[in-house]
Amino acid sequence: MKQQLSTTTERPVESASRLPAWDVPPANIREEHDAYILELEMPGVNKSGIEVTVENNELTLVGHRSDLETKGEVVYQESRRCDYRRSFEIDPSIDTQKIVAKMEQGVLRLTLPKAESVKPRKITVGD
Amino acid sequence: MKLIRYQDPELAAWQPINRLSSLREEMNRLLDGSLAAFTGNAGLFGGWSPSIDVHQDKDTIFVKAELPGMKKEEIDISFQDGMLTISGERKQESEVREGENFRSERFFGRFHRTISMPTKVDADKIKANYKDGILSVELPKAAEVKAKQIEVKIS
Repeated sequence: MKQQLSTTTERPVESASRLPAWDVPPANIREEHDAYILELEMPGVNKSGIEVTVENNELTLVGHRSDLETKGEVVYQESRRCDYRRSFEIDPSIDTQKIVAKMEQGVLRLTLPKAESVKPRKITVGD
Repeated sequence: MKLIRYQDPELAAWQPINRLSSLREEMNRLLDGSLAAFTGNAGLFGGWSPSIDVHQDKDTIFVKAELPGMKKEEIDISFQDGMLTISGERKQESEVREGENFRSERFFGRFHRTISMPTKVDADKIKANYKDGILSVELPKAAEVKAKQIEVKIS
């Protein structure tokens, strides 16, 4: 406890009052026949502001807002005005080479195809 | 004799609303940050309420609403008695879905928000634009408001 307290007080004061550097975008994930579909809400981000990285079975999505510059003075503000970031652990059965990303009206949609080996397949019975 | 500083009645009316709703927003944010993480559904407590920002400069009021994943046609904007209303319905795609949903954090359905403008605006010249999931509305201030802002030079 004492140790915990000391580390907390040693931290610079700004870090406590500073706004969060990232916002976590809401996500929908569903499974389709041959792929998983991941949708994230990132209003204010356009195609060029998206970074998708895969490293050690971890999928990381970063969205940089392009609308942070505003005109005039603030009257009222509810949006968090920061970039987006979220990571997911992905199943080894996903073919990471074939991930497709699409950005439309602030919603990032990723198609994560299942590897050929795990796709359900129909086997016909021979004569 | 007492001197009371003149305050625009519209501005005075705006202030408490502003403070009250920002308090509400702070409460929501608190809930969003902690409880929603456990329930995994931010829309559980009362549906969808898109975030709205209001900025102003000398001539114009700028309103921005975060409405990701909608179609232009699904958004309604109206202006009446100094109040701007943004409403609409975000529809889930109608395609039949096979398979399983693992996570549903996005909210679909109707929303409705009304905000009051800090000054009179020229209702005929309101412009709106929808891009990257952000609805931007520009409301030019009324000529009578602009006329009040006379620059006084001190010699």
